[in-house]
Amino acid sequence: MAVASSAGVHHEPKSFMRRYIFSQDHKIIGIQYFLTSAVMGVVAGLLAMLIRLHLAWPEAKWPFLAKLFPLGMEDGLMKPEFYLSLVTMHGTLMVFFVISLALIGGFGNYLIPLQVGARDMAFPFLNMLSYWTIVPGCLIMLASFFVEGGAAASGWTAYPPLSAVEHAIPGSGMGQTLWLLGMALFIASFTMGGLNYVATILNLRTHGLSMMRLPSFIWTMLIASIVGLLAFPPLTAAAVLLLFDRHGGTSFFLPSGLFFGKQVLEHAGGTPLLWQHLFWFLGHPEVYVLVLPALGITLEILPTFTRKPIFGYRMTVYSLCAIAILGMIVWGHHMYVSGMSPYVGEFFAIGTLSITLPSAIIGFNMLASLWGGSLRFSTPMLFALGTISLFGTGGLGGIFLGNATSDIQLHDTYYVVGHFHFMIGGVTLFAIFGGLYYWFPKMFGRMMNEGLGRVHFWLSLVSFYGLFLTMHFLGFGGMPRRYFEFSKFNFLAPIRDLNVLVSVFAFVMGATQIIFLCNFFWSIFRGAKAERNPWKAAALEWTAPSPPPHGNWGDQLPQVHRWPYDYSLPGAHEDYVGQTVTPGEAKFSA
Amino acid sequence: MAEEQLLLSGDSPWSGGVSPFGVKWNKLMMWMFIITDALIFAGLLASYGFARLASDRWPDPAEIFHLSFLALMTFILISSSATMASAVGAARECHWTAATRFVLLTILGGLAFLGCQAYEWASLIGEGARLSSNPWGVVPFGSYFFVLTGFHGTHVLSGVVVLAITAFRSATGRSSADGIEVAGLYWHFVDLVWVFIFTLFYLI
Ligand code: HEM
Ligand SMILES: [Cu+2]
Repeated sequence: MAVASSAGVHHEPKSFMRRYIFSQDHKIIGIQYFLTSAVMGVVAGLLAMLIRLHLAWPEAKWPFLAKLFPLGMEDGLMKPEFYLSLVTMHGTLMVFFVISLALIGGFGNYLIPLQVGARDMAFPFLNMLSYWTIVPGCLIMLASFFVEGGAAASGWTAYPPLSAVEHAIPGSGMGQTLWLLGMALFIASFTMGGLNYVATILNLRTHGLSMMRLPSFIWTMLIASIVGLLAFPPLTAAAVLLLFDRHGGTSFFLPSGLFFGKQVLEHAGGTPLLWQHLFWFLGHPEVYVLVLPALGITLEILPTFTRKPIFGYRMTVYSLCAIAILGMIVWGHHMYVSGMSPYVGEFFAIGTLSITLPSAIIGFNMLASLWGGSLRFSTPMLFALGTISLFGTGGLGGIFLGNATSDIQLHDTYYVVGHFHFMIGGVTLFAIFGGLYYWFPKMFGRMMNEGLGRVHFWLSLVSFYGLFLTMHFLGFGGMPRRYFEFSKFNFLAPIRDLNVLVSVFAFVMGATQIIFLCNFFWSIFRGAKAERNPWKAAALEWTAPSPPPHGNWGDQLPQVHRWPYDYSLPGAHEDYVGQTVTPGEAKFSA
Repeated sequence: MAEEQLLLSGDSPWSGGVSPFGVKWNKLMMWMFIITDALIFAGLLASYGFARLASDRWPDPAEIFHLSFLALMTFILISSSATMASAVGAARECHWTAATRFVLLTILGGLAFLGCQAYEWASLIGEGARLSSNPWGVVPFGSYFFVLTGFHGTHVLSGVVVLAITAFRSATGRSSADGIEVAGLYWHFVDLVWVFIFTLFYLI
């Protein structure tokens, strides 16, 4: 059964420019986001390699790097201010320009119309504009390495006064201004995308696709978009104020009596705490903007490779909503040591610890989805299992940071670095890989290589744990984050050599991703041909051709009769029943 | 679970194929945009409140601003909301000339407001108020004044541009009542924000 669409069949634009560059087709835009994210990911990953290179062998010289960064690595020896730029730009790029781009821009654009049975986004032109706003954002961020003073160096959190006083450190100059500009473009792009996603999911669902039949991934995208739309505006406000502090002589974030270069600055009346509140009002929800879609992807992969419905769909949806609401009111847990009344701290601690409940519910639902299934360990499934594992380990570690009493000990140590890499680095990255292996056949009509996929998974998993679990212990040992140099601290002597081990794991982790990139690009052109539904999955997107044509669905929109997880139904011929199969057909035919 | 899913397909507005709120996507998007934009103002106003509560003295606005002049500005802006509503009403009945005229009147209101604001800024700057300092001794007072009213003024200005495009389209017969209504939503929002700024910055 199908429903005539009022929009009719879209006609594909003929010219190369309109078709692949300034395309308004959600699928092309999604792939553009993926490719952009990959480029930025390689850059941000190489920055991490440089950081680890320095931390493992702080006194070594690397003459070949001097050629690349003549200022930051003079004579091949890293300068402290360059190190700070590396940490800052690695964090900023990874969070906003790699993970966000891939999860929200890539999967969001590609899958939302296909999974809700629409021909495209609600407003395709705005969608194109959103992509072409992020491109200059990326270029500005990259260019900031080459301006006077180098890239921003106040951390991905851009705390004042480093970010507000122009001559505080070299990176506080032009680099920080470009950082703000790049972030402004990111926020503008995200807002356009988010408006489109929410409007599409609410208004363009096809006949029969009620909210409680939505794929989990669509739920997570809906919630993540709403959370993002609510959390980014206060950061925009903060960025406006910071810009005035930098260039208008105001003191929104600067108190009186600030001392720089043997001189008292003229500022008065502001407070850096204000920035911290405004930043973390975005910063914490942003974590969920990243993690929720990652969980959504995992929840899409699990039923296909266990051949059974996901467990506790409704509980998962309610938990996602609970996480979204609670996630908006716990930002203070990043500021326990910033001078906070213990009563306020207690409020934030209780809020944070209550988030563990819905999070644990989702985690256990994912585990229970495995129970009694006929598991198939294809690459997407391996990565989904990896995601669950990292979500569990990372979540466990987070409990100690949510609690003010223990956080005061652990704050700004490598424990924190280890923890947040598990969540926003690992859960997200593994889900992105799982999702790419899973939907690759839909995107390009070819399969990715399974053997290489497995090698990619196992090497990634082992090196990830070796890298970031070890960091937790460095944190217990008291090793502070964002430090350039550790060799002068006696109390760190017993654990100093662990840094070499961590760095070796980091290099393995980095090199492993080359396998993925080769597999990905090789498979686009040479992979085995994929049919419409290679994984025998029940969800709607698998009823479209691989790759789907412009407008997705021939001349009639699909009509949906069930949720996307009907696996192993008693009485059905096959062990899955597609969403478009009517109740009658399911009983009597295949 | 599966059987229950099969029975669920009723005709509720949420069951797919229709817009659950009975609005087209462009209006839905404008509503959401307004919420996000409102939150930017909320961020600025909250920061202002933070600074004001943290400072041990704050100038008395009634001594610095001419409240009767501000009441006039507020009146102009609110009247422009009324003309905007009339434009939407006229467009609904397909009186396109009337709709165009009302939109033009709204633009006039917006420009008058901006003129008043420019006058207010000029006189305060004349008294020595700057972004970084002011004669009343509390630095954040002047900074927040210029940033809040400036940010709002920018919104009024962009609203005027949007309305100018709307008026042009309506005059050349290329507009729809829905299009005018969506532009109007934005205009009402800009007016509403002013009421908050007026109350929170000038009155208390
Ligand atoms: C090969 C993978 C990666 C390695 C080896 C790595 C390593 C590091 C290191 C050594 C730091 C500096 C810690 C410090 O001194 O404070 C860091 C910071 C950071 N990383 Fe990664 N990272 C990796 C991937 C990622 C990913 C995928 C994300 C995704 C969100 C990410 C997000 C961040 C953030 C937000 C910071 C904090 C920056 C700051 O302190 O301002 N990293 N990373
Ligand atoms: Cu947080």
